[in-house]
Amino acid sequence: MAEPKPVPESYYSDLKSLQAIDFVLVELTLYLDTHPNDLDALKQFNSAAKKSAELRQDFEAKYGPLQQFGQSLSAYPWQWKDTPWPWQV
Amino acid sequence: MWYYEKKLQYPVRVGVCNPRMAKFLIEQYGGADGELAAALRYLNQRYTIPSRVMGLLNDIGTEEFAHLEMIATMVYKLTKDATPEQLKEAGLGDHYVDHGKSIYYHNAAGQKFDMCIQSKGDPIADLYEDIAAEEKARSTYQWIINISDDPLIKDSLGFLREREIVHSQRFREAVELLKEEQQKKKVF
Repeated sequence: MAEPKPVPESYYSDLKSLQAIDFVLVELTLYLDTHPNDLDALKQFNSAAKKSAELRQDFEAKYGPLQQFGQSLSAYPWQWKDTPWPWQV
Repeated sequence: MWYYEKKLQYPVRVGVCNPRMAKFLIEQYGGADGELAAALRYLNQRYTIPSRVMGLLNDIGTEEFAHLEMIATMVYKLTKDATPEQLKEAGLGDHYVDHGKSIYYHNAAGQKFDMCIQSKGDPIADLYEDIAAEEKARSTYQWIINISDDPLIKDSLGFLREREIVHSQRFREAVELLKEEQQKKKVF
């Protein structure tokens, strides 16, 4: 079985930054589901969503698409099938 | 529909090959209070829960799939370099004979995933069930952390344990929201 493509050390720190901001979004999503009138939380949510989109764009430019079914663009040749998958890093 | 994202919700690093730990962890994969049961339960209950809390069940159910993937990743990493002999010593001999190195939806005792998902169509019954399930899953994570000596695995399990607390809290709020809604109707 072919070993997954090795990733540079920066992959881990960049991934962690993205995981951190996306965690804020998960947490705020659930919170806002039960506290829809909390304006401060909503502002935090929108600001984190913008930050996440920026980090995501940088991450995908460096390491390839994070989502598919058209949610991410692909360089040629088709990158989505490329390793590593999340359980390989 | 859903979109898959090619990243884990939280990092999963594994110190050493440890099939014994994998055997314990599989409880949270295919066990009664595991992540699969949670995901399927919430996503099933959301259709008939009052609209006010549909979004919450939808979103927590979705997050559970991210947790399922973290557990699977732990189990995979803990066993991928194990020899058949090591798997046998860890009590995974039966698993190996039936499934090889693949992961499988069963509990720590090797019982296949039981589709006894609680869904009563009664909002209070369902939400109390969900609160209890989150607390049971939290306890299971604590028991697994207590018998683990791998700081990297403990870190990931600590994250999952905290999520159970947050989910339980949100479900408790959902109960209060539904109670408020019911009381409002009485005024008219």
